[in-house]
Amino acid sequence: MRTILIEPTFEAWRDAARSLVAAGVEPDSILWSDDASESSLFAGECTRPDHAAAPRVSAAFLDMARSASAHCDPRRWALLYQLLWRHTHGGVKHLLQRTTDPDVRLAQQWCKAVGRDIHKMHAFVRFRLIDTDAQTGREQFVAWFEPEHRIVRLASPFFVKRFHSMDWSILTPSECVHWDGERLRFTPGLPENTATEEDSLNDLWRTYYRSIFNPARLKVNAMQSEMPKKYWKNLPEAPLIPELISQSRQRVRTMLEADERPVKPAPQNAYLDSLRRLNEEQSGDSESNPA
Amino acid sequence: MELSRKLEILADAAKYDASCASSGAARKDSRGSGGVGSTGGAGICHSYTPDGRCVSLLKVLLTNNCIYDCHYCINRRSSNVQRARFTPEEVVRITIDFYKRNFIEGLFLSSGIIRSADHTMEMVIDVARKLREEHHFRGYIHLKTIPEASPALIEMAGRYADRISINIELPTEQSIATLAPEKNLARTQDAMAHIRTKIDERFAEKTQPGAPRPPPFATGQSTQMIVGADDSTDSVILQRADTLYTGYKLRRVYYSGFSPIPEPSSLLPIKPPPLVREHRLYQADWLLRFYNFKVDEITTAAAPNLDLALDPKLSWALRNRAWFPVDVNRASREELLRIPGLGVRNVERILNARRFTRLRLADLVLLRLSMKKIMPFIITADHTPTLLDLDGDSLRQRFLPPPRQMELNFDNPQPTVADVKSTLSGEI
Repeated sequence: MRTILIEPTFEAWRDAARSLVAAGVEPDSILWSDDASESSLFAGECTRPDHAAAPRVSAAFLDMARSASAHCDPRRWALLYQLLWRHTHGGVKHLLQRTTDPDVRLAQQWCKAVGRDIHKMHAFVRFRLIDTDAQTGREQFVAWFEPEHRIVRLASPFFVKRFHSMDWSILTPSECVHWDGERLRFTPGLPENTATEEDSLNDLWRTYYRSIFNPARLKVNAMQSEMPKKYWKNLPEAPLIPELISQSRQRVRTMLEADERPVKPAPQNAYLDSLRRLNEEQSGDSESNPA
Repeated sequence: MELSRKLEILADAAKYDASCASSGAARKDSRGSGGVGSTGGAGICHSYTPDGRCVSLLKVLLTNNCIYDCHYCINRRSSNVQRARFTPEEVVRITIDFYKRNFIEGLFLSSGIIRSADHTMEMVIDVARKLREEHHFRGYIHLKTIPEASPALIEMAGRYADRISINIELPTEQSIATLAPEKNLARTQDAMAHIRTKIDERFAEKTQPGAPRPPPFATGQSTQMIVGADDSTDSVILQRADTLYTGYKLRRVYYSGFSPIPEPSSLLPIKPPPLVREHRLYQADWLLRFYNFKVDEITTAAAPNLDLALDPKLSWALRNRAWFPVDVNRASREELLRIPGLGVRNVERILNARRFTRLRLADLVLLRLSMKKIMPFIITADHTPTLLDLDGDSLRQRFLPPPRQMELNFDNPQPTVADVKSTLSGEI
């Protein structure tokens, strides 16, 4: 049994796995670890095999492995190696299409969870304007977000494309990312949100959120299945949710009890007159030509 | 009037439009533009309100002044609602400020009709033009267009927008004549046909090899039908939707259960339809678009309305039991798609997996299928339903939701969580 200590990144796993597969090291004889603090136990046994002829796998496999690597399940390195081994040494073809294979299924569920986490990061990051760079004139924004998995690197290209002309930083517990208009920089994660001040636009945003809500169709479950409570603490609009829910019944009752409005006559308007003539002509047409 | 008060009025006025999609746009982004914005991926819902609807676009009216008198609409001229009007600059500023904070995917702009269709359309287009040309905004823009606006203006709207839409509002000419006297079914469909031609033309130009890149144009159109404001059956509603999908290539038809508004009209029913009806219509809509169902399979002359208690695919299966059981190891894709509880994605997984193994129930459990729902209808290597399962009277009973104590609730019955999920994901 040997312990392979790697950085918790796809690239580190790939480099190690390449050498291990080439050296014919079986999955059962490896303990994977990405926790540097734990590793002192095994430090003596730790080995990093040398590079040898790299095994060939499909691009789809690499994509899957890259995405599953971002999952926080500690079994991921071993499972990915197991899959790789079955592909290169087990002679199992079309591995990823075996959708009811338990290993494949688990890896695909991780990918799905990671994909969802990335999607939620794209959705729920809230930037706050902190300053404008005096020299470049570029606005500077910062956001705090708490993803479930290690997705910052996978999620960042989206923000670059979308907010190319702004400077921004997204701070998270696992890793932080910064954009200055030219390149992305990654720095270590922060233990807690230090950017707690409110953006001056948040009030206007809350006004919008309150007004776009329709109290006559309360569906709290539908909301929570897409926007689970764990995200609420970093969403400026979320504190409004309880009061919107509690007031909705009374608001609907008021609507239902309101007197009906009588129809007002049409104003003098040439355009309305022309519509009326058109409607009469068209209904005349349809009477003479029953469809 | 203060900006925030205007936003309050003009967002409130826009919220009855169900459309929220921000997907399906051409790929573009802010690199090299000096502005912000990107489109082209899956749409993103940046928030959800307690009505379960997503907040994707800044959805506002330019003004809620209106000379039309559509009875289901809070903004009709007979309503006493407070009126407001944004300047184009105000809409542009809020859109960009919200966008930079990652609150929204873009703008959905509509307007009450003021003076005339063309005048209104020009003002709406002006906002989109400013966003695109003066602020280099590359985010999503959805413009509501007016059927009576001149074709040149509708084309111009299509140049700036990712999506344009015209609301059909109601499924029959008669209902439109009663409830929206200024509108007209034939004119609306003519305008949709015109937009479809433009979208098709531009798509053909774009895919012409070697041709210069044509100016951008919207990549899709959608519409909305109000449910429960007239007495149209689900069958009539779905027939209309089917016509719009096949004849006019609409991307989406949105069904909006009529909900009470603060300024009720004397022509409208007081009681709103149950929310679950809208859900069933969305599920039926998925069956039309992705499961090869025909309208006359989903609803019948004897039952022109969808069963509120069961999803429409399950209802169809219970009416057509001779079709089952289906062998998941042999059946064609079309047959698999007919199995209740088996969605499009899991059909793909099954087709892949069975090339390598004979599927057993445990394999289907691994796919997280609802075994209770699927088992009476399928054969696997280790399972054949008993005749009693399929023919027994109790099969329908088995799927009905458990009886619940009646609540004093204005919108019962509520869709179940499973219903909500299937409507969102389209997996039925």
